[in-house]
Amino acid sequence: MKQDVLTIAGKDYHSRLLVGTGKYKDLEETGLAIEASGAEIVTVAVRRTNIGQNADEPNLLDVISPDKYTILPNTAGCYTADDAVRTCRLARELLDGHNLVKLEVLGDQKTLYPDMEETLKAMDTLVRDGFDVMVYCNDDPIAAKKLEDMGACAIMPLGSLIGSGLGILNPHNIRIIMESANIPVLVDAGVGTASDAAIAMEMGCEAVLMNTAIAAAKDPILMASAMKKAIEAGREAYLAGRMPRKKYASASSPLDGLID
Amino acid sequence: MQIQLNGETKTVEAGSSLLQLIEQLELTGKRIAVEINEDIIPRSEHADTRLQEGDRIEIVHAIGGG
Repeated sequence: MKQDVLTIAGKDYHSRLLVGTGKYKDLEETGLAIEASGAEIVTVAVRRTNIGQNADEPNLLDVISPDKYTILPNTAGCYTADDAVRTCRLARELLDGHNLVKLEVLGDQKTLYPDMEETLKAMDTLVRDGFDVMVYCNDDPIAAKKLEDMGACAIMPLGSLIGSGLGILNPHNIRIIMESANIPVLVDAGVGTASDAAIAMEMGCEAVLMNTAIAAAKDPILMASAMKKAIEAGREAYLAGRMPRKKYASASSPLDGLID
Repeated sequence: MQIQLNGETKTVEAGSSLLQLIEQLELTGKRIAVEINEDIIPRSEHADTRLQEGDRIEIVHAIGGG
């Protein structure tokens, strides 16, 4: 059997779980959870350095080394295309010319729902500027198609609101997006527990990106391990092809040879 | 002279370089990126970049995020 790999921007990955690094208790827990998740692509945020505060403070990239992981800087917290583009350029400098970014341009703080108008604007600039863009978007198949046509390297519709843990609320739209996409479609945001991740993978999503579902679990390291298994199980179930749903029973044991 | 560093006013010696500022902040060799007046200054140009009165400087790094 051909090896089952996820290809993003020309690079192959064996894990289909992408994880964030936010909301952990400390860097040690972050490192252990990421390790347990088996993820190869790890998101980070870009923020102002604390000036004059404890210069010896460990840096996230010392724990999540760019030598070991593909670092995916995000534009979280950006509400305009200009801010998102600026953040991506800073990230590229920070990571020595690394072009892969996660674009997210948000609409408001209450929902963190994507602002698609600004997202499309930023997308255009970033692609012209040579970035490989994985884009967080709403579950609108038309917007997703536009992003693909503009040159996105992955489309990442939300399963439900960021950090909500409500699961995949829009499976039909995500299916429509996947049907017409020729680039990887990932569910980004909304996963609450292992079954949600498995459902996304069983539907045929190429991968899942999550942060809070792991970081906000009572035991994040154990949840990271659970998510790893759920992603693998969901992927295998998708490849295996599920049985058709039937209205009535169908006996598993043969009817021949029953004793009288 | 005064500059704006990550949104705060800071006094630096006139004519000092960006690299000197970074050294003074004990950020030498750290994974950071620097913008002056919204233009990115590549690492290779830190030593040759002279700070000007009123420069708005942003120094960023990677932190946890989703």
